[in-house]
Amino acid sequence: MSMITRRNLMKTAAAGLTLPALARSGFAAEPLKVGFVYLGAIGDYGWTWSHEQGRKALAEALKGQVVTDYVENVKEDASAIPVMKDLAQQGHKLIFTTSYGYMDQTIEAAKQFPDVKWEHCTGYKHADNVGTYNSRFYQGRAVIGTIAGMMSKTGTIGFLGSFKIPEVVMGVNAFTLAAQAVNPKITTKLVMIDTWFDPAKEAAAAETLANLGCDVIAQHVDSPATLQVCEKRKIYGFGYGADMSRFAPHAHLTASLDLWGPYYIERAKAMLDGSWKSDDIWWGMKEGLLGMAPYNKAVPDNVRAAADKIIADTKAGTYEVFTGPISDQTGKERVAKGQRMEDKDLLVMDWYVKGVQS
Amino acid sequence: MNIGFFIDALITVVGVTTPILLAATGELVVEKSGVLNLGIEGMMLIGAVTGFAVTLNYGPDLGDMAPWFGGLAAAIAGAASSMLFAVLVLTLGSNQVATGLALAIFGIGLSSLIGAGYVGMIVPSFDSVFPDSLAGDPLWRVVFGYSPLVYFALLMVFAVGWFLNRTRAGLILRAVGENDLSAHSIGYPVIAIRYAAIAFGGALAGIGGAYFSMVITPMWAEQMTAGRGWIALALVVFSGWRAGRLLAGAYFFGVLMTLELYAKASGFSFLPSQFWAAMPYIAAVVALAVISAREVAGSEAPACLGRPFLPNA
Repeated sequence: MSMITRRNLMKTAAAGLTLPALARSGFAAEPLKVGFVYLGAIGDYGWTWSHEQGRKALAEALKGQVVTDYVENVKEDASAIPVMKDLAQQGHKLIFTTSYGYMDQTIEAAKQFPDVKWEHCTGYKHADNVGTYNSRFYQGRAVIGTIAGMMSKTGTIGFLGSFKIPEVVMGVNAFTLAAQAVNPKITTKLVMIDTWFDPAKEAAAAETLANLGCDVIAQHVDSPATLQVCEKRKIYGFGYGADMSRFAPHAHLTASLDLWGPYYIERAKAMLDGSWKSDDIWWGMKEGLLGMAPYNKAVPDNVRAAADKIIADTKAGTYEVFTGPISDQTGKERVAKGQRMEDKDLLVMDWYVKGVQS
Repeated sequence: MNIGFFIDALITVVGVTTPILLAATGELVVEKSGVLNLGIEGMMLIGAVTGFAVTLNYGPDLGDMAPWFGGLAAAIAGAASSMLFAVLVLTLGSNQVATGLALAIFGIGLSSLIGAGYVGMIVPSFDSVFPDSLAGDPLWRVVFGYSPLVYFALLMVFAVGWFLNRTRAGLILRAVGENDLSAHSIGYPVIAIRYAAIAFGGALAGIGGAYFSMVITPMWAEQMTAGRGWIALALVVFSGWRAGRLLAGAYFFGVLMTLELYAKASGFSFLPSQFWAAMPYIAAVVALAVISAREVAGSEAPACLGRPFLPNA
């Protein structure tokens, strides 16, 4: 009897059809390797912690397609270049460098690894394979400035900053302008401590601000030390980058939250479908990159309402804190009445508004 | 500017100075015995994380006494980590500078590793040793309102000064630091004395570190001492290896650092802010230059500082 019966033919054909499927699982696509360069420790409960939450969100959302890795505590000097090159050599094809001070190093490393895509956070230098991304942190400052202006009894609010770079300057100015909008006599005392992270110095600076009459203090530094001082001195403060209320249950009024997850997921997807290109992203509340933490119960209803309105108007695009008239510390008018400052001017801002005592 | 202003400022100065004072006092004893321990930063961080961890873990069981146990644990941890340095340097004769730096780096890394699980947690701080009526009083808090570690630091400086200059044991320690071979010939156990000195230095550095994680900002964050160990090291040299000058020098540094903050907050920005931040280090370099000029003070450093003791060499 011939073996070539219809039944045998069907069996063989069915077996034959499964082969390509088996072959495909054997030659499955390598997952995309995404690397992250962090300034601080993932446990700082602030800047780096937020990026880490974003990375985890990415790893979860695109599990199987994406593999992520990170390097912590990378200093903002030449020593960052070998770290970046190392990540590139390990096969990472998309690398996020998460601090302003990595700007030149990213450009340098990108030259040597043209097939790796680099994204630099809060910078302004670009290349074909280097894009930048930034968050409109100042929108969060406008919200907390409004709250500070309404809740300050002394009329003096404090700002503990790190370096005089546009990102921080924008924050100081937005904070002050929003506070002045509710209390025109508000003055902001500013201390720049020339470091992103030094809890003891942050605490000493916060104490100094409190000693000099500030009863609400905002910060642009990476540890909750300021809030601990505010709690001890029974004044108010705000978390930066993450909800820091556990460190100051009475003093922590709210916090601006950096929500990097959606952005990282989107960029990884762009890599996966090949549509990535160097860009200059500056997203804010509307795009979901920035959020606010729940209000402390010490915040009265009218203050909540005012803050909520700012948030809603910001998302709708009808409120922009950098709307004129704005004068600088010498009194000269920099922005005319009704005019909105343009992005390109904001990104190089190096002057403080009237009312900031720096 | 009323008295309250000065009281607040002084309290800030004390807070800034105390950890440096603690670490520097310990290092003074170590250097007086002839050993140069550069690993202060590492020992401080190990003390900081240990003190924090012990206070946190035993808090529920010990209640109010928990911070005291934490402080003790920090001292023990600091001493233990310095023993690592001691074995390498005293028994195995390795280069003190290199080993000290290695200890500093090791301490930073180890403390980060141990502390990884403790980020985001808080501990209760020390209860004041003085009654609340004094500690909380608007005027008297400038004397009575500090954490117990502040009084401990002051006590230690005076104790070390008295020990080094007025006791026989202190004399022997200084002899070991000035001329180890002669001390050895007389029959004093040079190596054992140096071990003890290093352990003491490590213990105080550990407590100095615990001041960061338990008093200034009761939390743990990696590298939270942020370079204070190096300032303590400069301070020992700056003080000419004298306890009295160490106390004055520490507070001088503290005033400079606080002045920087006050100047910035009050708007005196005629100097760039980075200059203010560099001031303590500039002051240290100037002082070192002055001290190093032999005509001014002679070399006040212990003669055997940094040299290994090899009696049979």
